[in-house]
Amino acid sequence: MLQKCKTAEEASKLSKACQDLLLEVEHSKKPVVAAIMGSCLGGGLEVAMACHYRIAVTESKTVLGLPEVLLGLLPGGGGTQRFLQLTSLPATLDMILTGKSVKADKAKKLGLVDLTVQPLGPGLDKPDQQTLQHLEKVAVQTAENLASGTIKAKREKSVTDRILAAALKYNFVKDYIFNKAKAQVMKQTNGLYPAPLKILEVLRTTVDKGFEAGYVAENQGFGQLAVTKESRGLIGLFQGQTECKKNRFGKPERSAKTIGVIGAGLMGAGIAQVSVKGFEVLLKDAAAGGLARGQNQVYAGLEKSMKRKKITSFERDRIASNLVGTLNYEPFKHCDMVIEAVFEDLSLKHRIVKEVEAIIPEHCIFATNTSALPITKIAEASKRPEKVIGMHYFSPVDKMQLLEIITNPKTSRDTIASAVDVGLRQGKVVITVGDGPGFYTSRVLSFMMAEAYRLLLEGVEPRKLDKLGKSFGFPVGPVTLTDEVGIDVGAHIGEYLTKCFGERFAGANPEVLNSLVKAGITGRKSGKGFFVYEKGFKGEKPVCTEALDVLKKYSLVPKGLQSDEDIQFRLASRFINEALLCLEEGILANPAEGDIGAVFGLGFPPFTGGPFRFVDEFGADKLVTIMRKFEAAYGKCFTPCQLLLDHSKSNKKFYVRA
Amino acid sequence: MNQLPSCLHVHVFPTLPRCCQFVYLCLNLVSAFAHLSAVNGDLFKQILEIQTAVVDSPRKEISVIIRMAAQISRVNSVAFLRSGTRNVSTTLPALYAAGQKTKPSLARPNQKNIVLVDAVRTPFLLSGTNYAKLMPHDLARNALLGLVQKTGFPKELVEYIAFGTVIQEVKTSNVAREAALGAGFSEKTPAHTVTMACISSNQAMSTCIGYMQSGVYDVCVAGGVEFMSDVPIRHSRKMRSVMLKANKAKTVGQRLSLLSQLDLKALIPELPAVAEFSTGETMGHSADRLAASFNISRKDQDAFALRSHQFAHDAAEKGLLSDIIPYQVPGQDKPITCDNGIRVSAPEQLQKLKPAFIKPHGTVTAANASFLTDGASACLMMTEDKAKQLGLKPKAYLRDFVYVSQDPKDQLLLGPAYATPRVLEKAGLGMNDIDVWEVHEAFAAQILANLSAMDSDWFCKTYMGRSGKVGAPDMSKFNLWGGSLSIGHPFGATGVRLAIHAANRLIHEDGKYACIAACAAGGQGVGMIIERHPDGKL
Repeated sequence: MLQKCKTAEEASKLSKACQDLLLEVEHSKKPVVAAIMGSCLGGGLEVAMACHYRIAVTESKTVLGLPEVLLGLLPGGGGTQRFLQLTSLPATLDMILTGKSVKADKAKKLGLVDLTVQPLGPGLDKPDQQTLQHLEKVAVQTAENLASGTIKAKREKSVTDRILAAALKYNFVKDYIFNKAKAQVMKQTNGLYPAPLKILEVLRTTVDKGFEAGYVAENQGFGQLAVTKESRGLIGLFQGQTECKKNRFGKPERSAKTIGVIGAGLMGAGIAQVSVKGFEVLLKDAAAGGLARGQNQVYAGLEKSMKRKKITSFERDRIASNLVGTLNYEPFKHCDMVIEAVFEDLSLKHRIVKEVEAIIPEHCIFATNTSALPITKIAEASKRPEKVIGMHYFSPVDKMQLLEIITNPKTSRDTIASAVDVGLRQGKVVITVGDGPGFYTSRVLSFMMAEAYRLLLEGVEPRKLDKLGKSFGFPVGPVTLTDEVGIDVGAHIGEYLTKCFGERFAGANPEVLNSLVKAGITGRKSGKGFFVYEKGFKGEKPVCTEALDVLKKYSLVPKGLQSDEDIQFRLASRFINEALLCLEEGILANPAEGDIGAVFGLGFPPFTGGPFRFVDEFGADKLVTIMRKFEAAYGKCFTPCQLLLDHSKSNKKFYVRA
Repeated sequence: MNQLPSCLHVHVFPTLPRCCQFVYLCLNLVSAFAHLSAVNGDLFKQILEIQTAVVDSPRKEISVIIRMAAQISRVNSVAFLRSGTRNVSTTLPALYAAGQKTKPSLARPNQKNIVLVDAVRTPFLLSGTNYAKLMPHDLARNALLGLVQKTGFPKELVEYIAFGTVIQEVKTSNVAREAALGAGFSEKTPAHTVTMACISSNQAMSTCIGYMQSGVYDVCVAGGVEFMSDVPIRHSRKMRSVMLKANKAKTVGQRLSLLSQLDLKALIPELPAVAEFSTGETMGHSADRLAASFNISRKDQDAFALRSHQFAHDAAEKGLLSDIIPYQVPGQDKPITCDNGIRVSAPEQLQKLKPAFIKPHGTVTAANASFLTDGASACLMMTEDKAKQLGLKPKAYLRDFVYVSQDPKDQLLLGPAYATPRVLEKAGLGMNDIDVWEVHEAFAAQILANLSAMDSDWFCKTYMGRSGKVGAPDMSKFNLWGGSLSIGHPFGATGVRLAIHAANRLIHEDGKYACIAACAAGGQGVGMIIERHPDGKL
């Protein structure tokens, strides 16, 4: 419905109609009780909040929240107003600005829910069904009691909330709270997202002028946000994400139960950590010390989830019991899938393939976690290449949502289906790409990084480069990202990609990276990269002078093109062009996966919806013009790909707008 | 059910519209059976009442009535007619005879007969009443002494002692040994303590059965004790850690630095958890959810609780609770001779109580849940050969038993539903072969839910993996001397109480087989078959 709105006024009208409808519910003389089971998000919660009483089931699937901000919108059905009425200003700001959701227990504490009902177990019907019936029974009883006056909705606010409410009469208190919230928003979004700022505006209006004005501000704000390109981008991203949470290869023949992970390093242990919840995990390492470190990493992750009350201590114990550490391959006899996460070295990976295939059962899939080594090459060592697949996880595995699955031409469809299934069960957003140098994500990132190095050699300050990257919308600047990934890793991949792509990959002399690595400057892990990393150091990290000294030796003469916007587009255009080329070459199956991969794996500005959506919004012709300008100075590396040229000529779009 | 030759029952449940007439008709038949089998006059009266209610009750009551009627009809008519798969299948004429003589013994070749000579218990008292100043081993000691006095059996002949307990007194963690020594049993008689929540003394008994079956011992004493008037309350973990380190601290400086680690929070003590460790849920809470899962109404629960109290009251009045041995608590002016938790209240009083766990819509109240209890029990068990040799007259054989366990969250209290069919199958018996049911009453809701689960095709198929429903026990044979709701429930001691009530009731009611069943924390349960001994006397 929203996508059909062409103007802010139309969207605003929609919001007003919704507000009016819900006001009618609120003013109804008959008590209306909301019985909540399952997710009660966005509009659902707005309806529930308009009711006179809310009863929710305390189970993990029942969550309440207003995630509109994540779609670049605000809750336009009176959500901002009622949330504020039911809870406190800090809680409202926290929930609506972040879009996070809470379970029933927490919702009750916040004042969002009046009563909770425990889920029922086995009885005379299916537990879910029974819980639903029980909830209904309690809700009907409550409505009757509300009507007869035997119970009243108790909305006593806590002492602190009441003090705060009183303090909010003073402007300086309001200013303080709103300024603080705004500072937080600016810090997190660089002001690139209009929705949170609009939400602050709406709530400020409410606090200043009351709810009547608040409602008006809300529907006006909703209208304005609904037509922003940020909102379109974020909604598109959400749709893509939903797609990537489905298995487009269908159900695998057998569902994997046991997963063997080889290498208990940061990556391997991370993979184990996301797997233990749903699989039996065998974590193998060559050394006892390394294995212990990996096991501790998994346990620490579970401990953290427990402290955040995502799981109970008992669930932690049970999940932890799914992890088995081993120093030999013996237990791999029962594996359904092996994921190796050893060092990126082809001969080492070949050795592992042979060792593992000697012991794993016939049906077992061999997945290799690599960021650039071609799967086809790795599969050469295998007796059964149809069972070999690439699974590229992103570090830190438990935080990064993306999983890039790489097929080689021989990979069987069932192997792909099974790998995607495992990825989804690990809670990942999965894209499936074809084999090629750097696959999709590593490839497009490397092209941007090559440009970043060139800019550094042209004398652009590391901090300035980071700042420009962030103001373009990347969550982390390119220089910091280099340090995070590791300069040695970059050198390794860079060298390889230079061989593959030749002139098009031009940027910095590969020697620069090698010299840096030789000087012991490898990024965050070694304590120094382009910035200096010290334990416990807070604030802005100092630039590493040693690194700058190395850069000076290879410095390049700038060819102009160093305005802020030029720098941003020199980085972004190479990224985007390469992404389009991946689609053109068939590495990517569709633009949606390309967008999801870029945003969730590489931090491409989320509000753009990804590189493909960016081209749609920005205009392919405009981008071509910019790239031609760069091409004139730097040559082939900025030549727009055929797909981009086609789109610029025909005005074609990657996404059809509804 | 397919084998049912009868036209009586098949339509009782589903055809609600015509139910009035139909239920009435069924009840006629049912009451005839009840009358014929002359099991219980009260039941007959109850049926007549329902019959009247069917005629003039408003429609909304009908479902309740049907459920009640179903419970009665199931057992008294249908179950009779059901042909079993066991080796001792019962026929209708056999039931009319209702005597023990026609039913065969469950003895098996190549297996020793284990007999229950007798068992005793201290009066079960509400915690914090007359036992408050004692220690757990005092209660256990008194049960042991009572057993010796009642049976006249020489202490020295006891070869092994096992006791069950749940909340352990730290000083007497092997309470069996302390009690045995204190009761003057031989120092040469080893003793151990087991724990398995509310079925701890069942576990003590079956442990002894195992020893005797495997030929380790011939004479054992099993029992159980629970003392809730005093429970171990601990210092906080932080405080404990500091106190332990303090032992090693040598200098003033070290001690001071230890002291500085303490904060106000460290001073807060830890109470023993009343919650399930794995789920963090208290049992009452779970029972309340269970009630909702099986649509057990507050009214039904209160009615069952009242029944329990009434039966216990009547049994005590008639002097049937002969397992009680008087306890002269030191310093008190007269011995304690009876349980003090039995209270027959008016239904209106029960109705007034507020839910104890889930507020405000819960259905479990203080009155329809078992209460915290102090008490101990003990029983003398031996091989039948040994009993004969010693010239003893045992009350019963202890036959098959089975332990079950399931999900501790949603099926915490469903042990009896799972254990009953399994133990019956093991013994080759059917539901209608059982003359005496003794099932642990943790909550009225739990009992009714278990009955409902056993009587549900859906539940039995889906969760118990059976082809159809098990059927519910005959209420006219069910806990006729009251149960844990009224008599009380000292966790560790209840198992032996169930066994001796079953044995005594078999003699009193002239039956042959009894089935005892109980649920326990952790989602566990037990089922045991007890067979009357020909020599048994009350």
